[in-house]
Amino acid sequence: MKSFSYERVATAAEAASALGRTKGAKIIAGGTNLLDLMKLGIEAPDHLVDVNGLGLDKIEETAEGGLRIGTLVRNTDMAADARIRADYPLLTRAVLAGASGQLRNKATTGGNLLQRTRCPYFYDTAMPCNKRKPGSGCAALSGASRQLAVIGGSEACIATYPGDMAVAMRALDAAVETVRADGTTRSIPLDQFYHLPGTSPDVENDLAADELITHVTLPAPVGGEQTYTKIRDRASYAFALVSVAVIRHSDGSGRVAFGGMAPKPWRAEEADAAMAKGAEAVTEIAFAGANPTEDNAFKLPLAQRALAKILHGKGE
Amino acid sequence: MKFDHPATDGPADRQNVLGKPHKRIEGPLKVTGRAPYAYERHDVAPNQLVGYPLGAGIAKGRIVAMDLEAAKAAPGVVDILSTLDMETLPVAATNVAPLFGGDEVRHYHQAIALVIAETFEQARAAAQMIRVEYAETVGRFDMATADTEDADIPNIGDFDTAFAEAEVTSDHTYTTPAQSHAMMEPHASIAQWQGEKLVVWTSNQMINWAKKALVTTLSLDPENVRVDSPYIGGGFGSKLFLRSDAVMAALAAKKVGQAVKVSLPRPFIFNNTTHRSATVQRIRIGMAKDGRIKAISHENLSGTLPGGAGEDATNQTRYFYAGDHRKFLNRIATMDLPESNAMRAPGEASGLMALEIAMDEAAEAAGIDPVRFRIINDTQVDPENPERRFSQRHFIECLERGAAEFGWAPTAPAMRREGRWLVGQGVAGGYRGSPVMPSGARVRLQPDGRLIVETDMTDIGTGSYTVLGQTAAEMLGLSLDKIEVLLGDSAFPVSAGSGGQWGATSSTGGVYAACMALREQISKQIGADADTVDFRDGLVTAGNRTMTLSEIAAGKEIIAEDKMEFGEFRKEAYEVATFASHFVEVAVDAYTGEVRLRRMLAVCDAGRILNPITARSQVIGAMTMGVGAALMEHMELDATRGFFANHDLAGYEVPVHADIPDQEVIFLDTADAASSPLKAKGVGELGLCGVAAAIANAVYNATGVRVRDYPVTLDKVIDRLPMPDAG
Repeated sequence: MKSFSYERVATAAEAASALGRTKGAKIIAGGTNLLDLMKLGIEAPDHLVDVNGLGLDKIEETAEGGLRIGTLVRNTDMAADARIRADYPLLTRAVLAGASGQLRNKATTGGNLLQRTRCPYFYDTAMPCNKRKPGSGCAALSGASRQLAVIGGSEACIATYPGDMAVAMRALDAAVETVRADGTTRSIPLDQFYHLPGTSPDVENDLAADELITHVTLPAPVGGEQTYTKIRDRASYAFALVSVAVIRHSDGSGRVAFGGMAPKPWRAEEADAAMAKGAEAVTEIAFAGANPTEDNAFKLPLAQRALAKILHGKGE
Repeated sequence: MKFDHPATDGPADRQNVLGKPHKRIEGPLKVTGRAPYAYERHDVAPNQLVGYPLGAGIAKGRIVAMDLEAAKAAPGVVDILSTLDMETLPVAATNVAPLFGGDEVRHYHQAIALVIAETFEQARAAAQMIRVEYAETVGRFDMATADTEDADIPNIGDFDTAFAEAEVTSDHTYTTPAQSHAMMEPHASIAQWQGEKLVVWTSNQMINWAKKALVTTLSLDPENVRVDSPYIGGGFGSKLFLRSDAVMAALAAKKVGQAVKVSLPRPFIFNNTTHRSATVQRIRIGMAKDGRIKAISHENLSGTLPGGAGEDATNQTRYFYAGDHRKFLNRIATMDLPESNAMRAPGEASGLMALEIAMDEAAEAAGIDPVRFRIINDTQVDPENPERRFSQRHFIECLERGAAEFGWAPTAPAMRREGRWLVGQGVAGGYRGSPVMPSGARVRLQPDGRLIVETDMTDIGTGSYTVLGQTAAEMLGLSLDKIEVLLGDSAFPVSAGSGGQWGATSSTGGVYAACMALREQISKQIGADADTVDFRDGLVTAGNRTMTLSEIAAGKEIIAEDKMEFGEFRKEAYEVATFASHFVEVAVDAYTGEVRLRRMLAVCDAGRILNPITARSQVIGAMTMGVGAALMEHMELDATRGFFANHDLAGYEVPVHADIPDQEVIFLDTADAASSPLKAKGVGELGLCGVAAAIANAVYNATGVRVRDYPVTLDKVIDRLPMPDAG
């Protein structure tokens, strides 16, 4: 990998100012994704800011009755937290559906949100990829696209967001708390946190260059039956072809978010409203305007069938 | 020694050590990390530098320029080997495409440069700085439109008429995707020169082929080349041949005057080395009403770089089932994709993926249970030449025993439901030839009574160390702990190597021959007739005299060497082959089409089993590979750019533990005297043959959806699977 400088910081403010100070700086926490990408020459930061010493590794209760999850809480710890297991089981199920025990021990909450696509063309540096090298083109549009997006993509990029945790967080109406070098903080609803590729697929989220994720907040528990289903070509250790996060109340109302379908966790609030009418009604609204390739058109019926399975009570 | 007639009873038949479930003798070294694999041989040569390769970023064309300046100036970089430094290297008989040199790019990730640096990280970082300018030309990446040549296969009778007149017919086309060997250990080599002498420590299944190919590729004197590969982390055919790691390591070591080690990065395994070609196969079966096959035809299309052989999926169909009228066509498309070549059970693995679905479809068309259908179409003779018999063929017993043990009781398709799961059973037959190769060995009886076995045979995880040790122990009347087995060094006698499931059969023959020669020598030394001397429990008994082996070798080690050569009778009089039945039960999620295996059974007819533990491990590993072939493994072709896009182990999915159910293996108690002195046959590839089709057939039985396009991924199931009703 390219040589880089490295510093450890003790506070979030220092981290943000280190980001702001050094062009080409990146945060490193668990490193489960970034290090791989650096080895392959896909990411080539000049400077790494190690935030593992920030102490943001606690899960606190909020005044509103929700939870505030520190950005450094490891995936394993989050999934095992008694409050999350009891009140946000969707999140536990989603986290445990991803990666392996070893990776979850290392991977952090903030890092998981920022993991990058697994599009094969993003990973092959000999190939054009607008996300890796803006302006170089998109090989996936005419290439192998089984795993790629059916909605939300553009002529510049059809990569999918690969994660599971964020899909559950989207259904739970989570928000991302950040701090900038000047000390300002803000809370960004997860939907607005992720950007669609448009003409600049290298810009994946709303973070400014000097902005650091400090927490993810979950609103007060919404109850309901919470199910996460992840569908892939093998039984474990693969990214989702389609995943579905569902919160369903006894009156038939609920929420649904999809993974594996789009450049970000995919949820349409109008589609939630159709939940009582069944999977077909929900997916028709959620995926209106979908533009799949020949390779990945199956994801649309698969998403509908996966949702139907949950709505029929066969999700476990 | 020549094996020129069927084996009679001899010392190897005592089965005191052979045939017993010995754990692998090198196992403790492997599980404690003390078995040195190629890239870890830090002790064999001092001051090893690290080479990191760069692969071509286009599939076809020419390199116009390569800018090495930034890479050369990078920290730790000692030198850079460039393909533009030299003419295209000669191509050895066992290779199809050149491995290095020249400006022509023949396939994606062809090796075009190697950065030599102090550390791995430095070499890799610098390799990323090389800028290459290409002149790209149009390649042939679509098998359906590529030019083809037809291989010559004899046709028997009049298929067209017989098929047209058949009372029941089945006619379908099946496709199998390109597959990668995806072995755990990538290709890796360390090379060192001492004057004109080259030593390559590597990971290779066929030491003598590797040596010969190095001699040709680098224009060397065979006397000056040594290849050593004692431990191999899987090969599956990918390491049958010399590959670019060894060539670049040797060239680089020469260039810098220091040892250099090179491991191929994982993406290179997919596009730089070999793979199993995709196939398109049409199978027609014409039957009488009673299900007897009258006419059978198998047409195959596969692809290769110019000069390659492709994947002949028709081979097993020539021998497996009866039928008077037989027609075959093997078409080979010339393409510009990376080299297709042998992968575990080359030909049969792909061929049976298609044939054994076709047999299921034919059985259904005839209204006959698929187990019964295979039984009534069994043949005990070569259908092309009824004068030739199978040396042994217990295929019917495999089927009957399997059906009984498994509880074969399939319902009509899509009729068994457990909650959201659709449950089904599937069966397939397995067929694989059991070839042999000449194999030599040397045995050295030590003054302390131990015996050292030396042969360039390899152990690719298969158990060669153990079965060769067992052979020597049996032959000399020793216990296994008295045998030391040394493998994989070209300084040892040339063996059969590991490939084509010929390894164990052939190389145990070589050790048998060497041990017979040693028994002769010992007998001579004690003045006895070898035929009357008894070797047992470390003792040698001749008439009323009894001595220990250490007494006999007390003065000086006794060395014997011989080679087993297999006579023509084995081919002329017989078809020597192995057979299996595979039974599986699957559950398919009625909503999502996800397939979960519930249980698997293989019943194998593979001659005498040399070691039930290592043989079983071979078969369950192969069954696992069959699950991959059935359900997930496929190299995703980018037909625009001419390469396999999913070129890592995240994108090319192989089964994980969660995919594998209970696996059971039964070996029929057979001993095939026509096969080898030990009456053994191959088993390592048999275990894969038919597995995928059994799974595909079970998916059909569970769902009523017939998928003829591998892998059987859920998208191919749900498009024809009714959505379950609520409730």
